[in-house]
Amino acid sequence: MSRDSCLPASTGVGFKPAHFGDIRAASQPVGFFEVHAENYMGAGGPPHVQLGALRERYALSVHGVGLSIGSMRPLDQTHLARLKVLCDRFEPESFSEHLAWSSHGEAYLNDLLPLPYTSQTLARVVEHVDEVQTALGRQMLLENPATYVRFAESTIPEVGFLTEIAQRTGCGLLLDINNVFVSATNHDTPPLPYLDKFPLDRVREIHLGGHDKETDDVGAPLLIDTHGSPISAAVWALYSHVIARAGAVATLIEWDNDVPDWLTLRAEAAKAQHILCTASRSSAA
Amino acid sequence: MLTTFEISFADALLDADQPVPAGIIAHNTAVPSRRFAVYRNNVVTGLVKALRSRFPVTETIVGEEFFAAMARIFVTAQPPRSPLLATYGDAFPAFIVTFEPARDLPYLADVARLEAARTRAYHAADAPPVGADRFAALDSRSVGHIRIAMHPSTEIVRSQFPIVTIWAMNSGDQALAPIEDWRAEDALVARPHLDVQVRTLPPGGAAFLLALAAGHSLGEAAAAALADHPDFDLTCNLAGLIGSGLARDLIAPESWSLSQP
Repeated sequence: MSRDSCLPASTGVGFKPAHFGDIRAASQPVGFFEVHAENYMGAGGPPHVQLGALRERYALSVHGVGLSIGSMRPLDQTHLARLKVLCDRFEPESFSEHLAWSSHGEAYLNDLLPLPYTSQTLARVVEHVDEVQTALGRQMLLENPATYVRFAESTIPEVGFLTEIAQRTGCGLLLDINNVFVSATNHDTPPLPYLDKFPLDRVREIHLGGHDKETDDVGAPLLIDTHGSPISAAVWALYSHVIARAGAVATLIEWDNDVPDWLTLRAEAAKAQHILCTASRSSAA
Repeated sequence: MLTTFEISFADALLDADQPVPAGIIAHNTAVPSRRFAVYRNNVVTGLVKALRSRFPVTETIVGEEFFAAMARIFVTAQPPRSPLLATYGDAFPAFIVTFEPARDLPYLADVARLEAARTRAYHAADAPPVGADRFAALDSRSVGHIRIAMHPSTEIVRSQFPIVTIWAMNSGDQALAPIEDWRAEDALVARPHLDVQVRTLPPGGAAFLLALAAGHSLGEAAAAALADHPDFDLTCNLAGLIGSGLARDLIAPESWSLSQP
């Protein structure tokens, strides 16, 4: 039987072990915690103890970064089995992965790499999502990527590609609004039409994170998805726009590098919660 | 072929001398080198970061710049084979041995082996160690035939250098000071409960524990330890084994357990 993704429509925070003591010290105004699946695949030790303690008190989102769903090669069955063990043990409210690839032959390249969007690659990604959902016995969420280049061979717009995958597989979507802003800037396209075409009825979670600013070969802005800083004003504005249209959706603050102290992170989550509450009030009115 | 884009993309990622693959485009330039370099940089710096977090003392000893240069060569030559990055770098100590610029620090690779062992112990399977009472209840006549199932987190790192002292001084566990007694140290790394323990083993202790881990009986392990070092002290090593929680189970020889009522 397939279990639907069901995170609470409130704000969550990416869990960092450095915050464990602070989190345990009091009841936290946080709707859920999200962890990277690959950090909890050892045989035992403190990571499992910490995740078990979080699981007892909070909703949980397991977010994979290493399954390479966007690869045209077969999925790594060993890794898929590890994900199943993790999901069966901690029974998270949600499991998500990326529209990207990261493994090449024997090598794991440790980055979310882009793929061309064609009817052939679409068919393969659909097979992979089906395979994951069947193996885990649950609905998964697929996240839109941040990209820096494009493929000449692409024939399908990204939103159309994601919409088609969701329709064919029944998977949910994870809308990363920072990724939308980063990609839109990098490809000199406006972010609002992308968001307005995005199938919000399929979105079960939103990600918000920070990015870095660099410049490309000709001096144009090149944004890098780094999760190492506060969320930018532009991304907050896009988030408000989406929430006004979609209503309250589970929203995660991602801060993976130069991780701040717990109170700083919690304050960022409170900002998102405020926007969510405003949406709930106006939809109730 | 459907996988063509992956092959050309991946090959160019790990070899910075290769051009941007054909078919990779941007809206404002014919050859988006700096854009493609974001992916190259993400791959290499991400993997270097994984090594930095696994080998912090190695990095402290050689400095950030030296470590990053050494790690960059390693990650492009031996990228991980699994997405479980916490245990990436088991081969890094062996790479350090062959890394010419690190030759002036002959102990560096052994310190890295100690750090690699700590991570393995951290993520090893959990198991409650056997208490001292189980040892006390053993029949003294047959104790030499007992085998010990070692705790899954047990790691032994032998070295010709004082690696435990060097590790402790550079990890902040012990104040930095000149090492007066520059001698070989064998390290015991284990995590019987939540915290990883690092200890210097007494003479013959490493041979003793390695023999036990290989499935030899207590008597055989004691003989191996004596052969390794004449100062081996069985009582002290057995007390250390019990006190450090290294035994997951005691296995009596079948003939012995059958003969007991």
